[in-house]
Amino acid sequence: MSDGPGALDGVRRRWDAAATRVFGNDPLLVAAVMLGIYVLFTAMTLVGPSGGDLGAIVSNLQAVTFWTALYAMMALALNLHWGYTGLFNIGVAGFMAVGVYAFAALTVPPSASPPGLGLPLVVGIAGGMLAAAFVGVLTALPALRLRADYLAIVTVALSEIIRRSLLSPELEEFTLFSNLGFVPDVTLGSGAGRGINMPTNPSIPVKSVLYTDPGNPAAGGRTVVGKAVLGAAESAGVRETVVSQFAYTLVLVAVVVLFYWLLVRVGNSPFGRVLKAIREDELVANSLGKDTRVFKIKVFALGCALMGLGGILWEAQRGFTDASVTTFRPLQTFYIFVALIIGGAGSNTGSVLGGALFAGLLFQGPLFVRRIVAHLLNLGDPPSTFVGAAAGLFSLELGGFLAYTVNNISELRFVFLGLVLIYLMQRRPTGLLGHRKEAAASVDLMERPGGESDE
Amino acid sequence: MSGTETLAGRVAPLREHPRLALVAGVVGIDVGLKLAGVWSPLPGGPLGVERLVTLLWNGLVIGLGVGLAGIGLSMTYSILRFANFAHGDYVTTGAFAGWACAWVVAAAGSGQLAGNVGGSLALGRAPDAPSAADLSVSVFGSPLAVVVGLVVAAVGTVVLTLAVDRTVFKPMRDAGGIPLLIASIGVALVIRYLIVFVYGGSSRGLTAEQTRLIVGGVDGRIALVTSRRTLREAQDGAVPVDAFYVELPVVDLGSYSAEVVAVSSAEFGLVVLALGLMYALHVTLQRTKLGTAMRATADNKDLARVTGIPTERVVRATWVIGGGLAGASGYLIALERGTLGFQLGWLLLLLIFAAVILGGIGSIYGAMVGGVLIGFTQSLAVVWIPSSFATAAAFAAMILVLVFRPEGIYGGVSTA
Amino acid sequence: MSDDATAARAAAADAAADANADETGDVDARTGGPALEVEDLRKSFAGLVAVDGATFSVEQGSLTGLIGPNGAGKSTTFNCITGVHDVDGGTVRFFGEDVTGLRTNRVAERGLVRTFQIARELEEMTVLENLMLAPGDQRGETLAQAVLPGFRDAVRDRERALREEVWETLELFEIDHLADEQAGNLSGGQRKLLELSRALLTDPDMLLLDEPFAGVNPTLEEKLLDRIHALQRERGLTFLLVEHDMDLIMNHCEHVIVMHQGQVLAEGPPEAVRDDEQVIDAYLGEEI
Ligand SMILES: Nc1ncnc2c1ncn2[C@@H]1O[C@H](COP(=O)(O)OP(=O)(O)O)[C@@H](O)[C@H]1O
Ligand SMILES: [Mg+2]
Repeated sequence: MSDGPGALDGVRRRWDAAATRVFGNDPLLVAAVMLGIYVLFTAMTLVGPSGGDLGAIVSNLQAVTFWTALYAMMALALNLHWGYTGLFNIGVAGFMAVGVYAFAALTVPPSASPPGLGLPLVVGIAGGMLAAAFVGVLTALPALRLRADYLAIVTVALSEIIRRSLLSPELEEFTLFSNLGFVPDVTLGSGAGRGINMPTNPSIPVKSVLYTDPGNPAAGGRTVVGKAVLGAAESAGVRETVVSQFAYTLVLVAVVVLFYWLLVRVGNSPFGRVLKAIREDELVANSLGKDTRVFKIKVFALGCALMGLGGILWEAQRGFTDASVTTFRPLQTFYIFVALIIGGAGSNTGSVLGGALFAGLLFQGPLFVRRIVAHLLNLGDPPSTFVGAAAGLFSLELGGFLAYTVNNISELRFVFLGLVLIYLMQRRPTGLLGHRKEAAASVDLMERPGGESDE
Repeated sequence: MSGTETLAGRVAPLREHPRLALVAGVVGIDVGLKLAGVWSPLPGGPLGVERLVTLLWNGLVIGLGVGLAGIGLSMTYSILRFANFAHGDYVTTGAFAGWACAWVVAAAGSGQLAGNVGGSLALGRAPDAPSAADLSVSVFGSPLAVVVGLVVAAVGTVVLTLAVDRTVFKPMRDAGGIPLLIASIGVALVIRYLIVFVYGGSSRGLTAEQTRLIVGGVDGRIALVTSRRTLREAQDGAVPVDAFYVELPVVDLGSYSAEVVAVSSAEFGLVVLALGLMYALHVTLQRTKLGTAMRATADNKDLARVTGIPTERVVRATWVIGGGLAGASGYLIALERGTLGFQLGWLLLLLIFAAVILGGIGSIYGAMVGGVLIGFTQSLAVVWIPSSFATAAAFAAMILVLVFRPEGIYGGVSTA
Repeated sequence: MSDDATAARAAAADAAADANADETGDVDARTGGPALEVEDLRKSFAGLVAVDGATFSVEQGSLTGLIGPNGAGKSTTFNCITGVHDVDGGTVRFFGEDVTGLRTNRVAERGLVRTFQIARELEEMTVLENLMLAPGDQRGETLAQAVLPGFRDAVRDRERALREEVWETLELFEIDHLADEQAGNLSGGQRKLLELSRALLTDPDMLLLDEPFAGVNPTLEEKLLDRIHALQRERGLTFLLVEHDMDLIMNHCEHVIVMHQGQVLAEGPPEAVRDDEQVIDAYLGEEI
């Protein structure tokens, strides 16, 4: 363009450029949303019962970051299946469970009950991912030729089969190879309803930066780093556990970045182009000679491996799990779907934003509302039943009903979640960023030949 | 009733589909081997005839409940072309609406209603509310309450399904199956957690202790009694005088003495009412043009519209029938279990899907038969595998059907 | 239509013969015999017989027309040949090799590529991406090559080369101004062009074109037909073309197959077919 005539034009152009820089720049967009959530959570902590306590603020910010990272991670993994390839997998929880239980079988010490193989953490993580990928392939082989809605039913049924089997007393503890004399017996177990302890877990290496005995921080001393960091934190009023959780959250954030990188890499390649084509119209891809089954199986395996890893980072880090927790239920899969749909299926940045908005506004935020309302309005003891609350309505005393509602906000979150899903499907099925074009090549296609090269 | 005709007429698939016949054959032969107590190549020990009869009865009870619920899911799946994940919560809604009403009627009947309307409606979840034991609702004890409850369960669910269709699904008629499926998950969450908001998260007892009818062998004859003690006394040779005891005029079974199966009044109620509702539906579809219109709409919506079939009216009829039966099934299943919690329908949903898929999506009779087959699968599975895998086995059966025969065992013929 | 076109056709036929005679490469390996042989092909849908024992063959390097009234079974025949439908009976041979019942992608890999009557563009992908998809066996189409750092440069080099080829095709088809447009936003004719160009980019040996010029302006249509003849000439490509425009068929095809009610009614040079009594009967009521 030529030099603009008016100064105003120049200003506007600079302004436009700045706006695109911010909103067309994905890391900045994510940062802006996170900043917004942090401001909101800080404000909510300030007006809540803990008031201006710095420790409480830090603790709440770390919690929302933690959940954001987990949901972002899972939404990204699901985005590979659904967003990129159009594979409607609603068995995410099942693949997470496979990852976690395979991880447990590999890492739990042989002396524990239920026992495991006592292998190192890295082996457990790799094994958990491989196991999830393996189960994914087993599912994919027959199921991938099914219609999307049938695939949905198959995967959700599979995740329930997995979860129920893990709760079965028959698998609580079992011995393999007992009738093969030349192979040593191996005893494993899911722990069934009793659950399973995982002393080796992803939080340990993080804690070992701070503590000399990471398995039991209270027992041992602090490392040099631990002394410095924990000392500083304590003087600022931040609790010790918050610090180690914060450190773990940093690891999660790093993994989110890794997932993101991997997905962009997969997407911006000839491989990703075929995935996109499968999502759009599989028959066209076939007609161009692409063996879409191979692509689908590969991408299913990769996505399931990521889900397995997500499961390990999510559930195993607690050091204990049992298969009846929400993490392994279909409901968990739906949460992850909500996160992805909010952000916009197909968009990686959208997946991360969706994770943040889901974790912050839908999942954690409402719980603050309860605390804040209870703190600010003196509503008295909430009625313990709906009838008790509704009785007040007739006598035009709204306080009781309000107190009951606020007290049950944790359940009402799900109602809200459902409404959001319905709204998005009716009004904005592409979510925040799903309408955006994501590149499907490793080079800039718009660069016409004959020109300069593209780097 | 015509259900049996339908069943008989539908053995044909076995002949046409060797794989299915093979599975059925292997299962049948193995049950025979296990009954005979001889060695069998498949896992699981010998099987007593009493256990088999009990398992079959349990399977039938579960299966009829699931099948009844499945009719609506099957109809909406084929006519509106999406898998409705809210269907399980329609089932739950029916159970809560119906039982709330049954409690009110029972409370009124026993003079405990004063000051207890709210508590009864809340199914005991209110301060000083009556409990299940106070009201002692049962099929034979308070039949009026049970029947009124059933009607309200159906009507209440119809109202809900129509309201949901109006606000959620109707504006999305042209959206694809997947957006509708996702929206239905949203609907499911809204309904389920509104129920929690009102009724709380814990489950409660609903009915009083059940009367039971026990079938047993007494020295080679088959007798009906209402208590185990009577049966034991009769088997010991003392024919009871003041207790219920009827001998059936069947062949002499030598010295056979055992309890065969116990049928609770609630199970009996479920079976009779479910079969009755299925029969009523059958008659309705035969006598009216509705069945034909539904078939046409399921086959091709656009064509149906062009040929003058009012598709929106068919859709509404579908919701009315499907929703009503879903609500009724929830109510009856809760009757049979004697307890009710907010997860009732959600936990049944996959079994309902299994029934629908087994019977062939779009087929009403298929859903009924599929329900019974899934009930049998789940209950008979324990002959071969530990009971903790029984539900998994039913899901696995569904997956196998979806993968190998997605048109269901009847081969995609829409029967209605 | 014009004598020009007839001449072009003759030239094309000659050239095709030349190509068969003295070119090297995969064309040479496949000399002799027809490119496509369809024998007693049968397909019905729930009682409705769509293809009823169709038998025909298409000569290598030819531009053969497949005509017939609507519902004659032409598109279904294409679907059966390319494995989109399972056939009920009959065989399909491609350069002598039995390809009956092969999966669609296997048929395409062998060099037999089709377009659809109702264009199936990948709506949410750009025109460029649609075309970049076409070339077979691309480097970077495996997961490892796509992700692992060691392959990245090679993948990019290959994609740059492809990009060049794709842009040339875009220019040839006069849709280069739409390169970055989402394919879903194209007009009917533009979609047809996209399909045809995409099919060509797979580097096929034979193309099955299902009404490729519907909605394409006549000037461009002539240009594309010239291009098709050139491909016949230069690369020995074989074309089977479903088309309703009889002028086009008469002027450009060496051979015409007429289908009616699932069967092959007549077959032969265009002039002979045009004067065939049965064909005229079949088309009665339809413009010919
Ligand atoms: N997928 C299908 N399902 C059912 N009928 C079909 C299908 N495809 C084609 N037909 C029917 O087969 C017949 C032949 O159609 P088609 O091959 O499209 O004809 P043409 O391409 O010659 O116009 C038509 O009667 C059509 O309705
Ligand atoms: Mg056609």
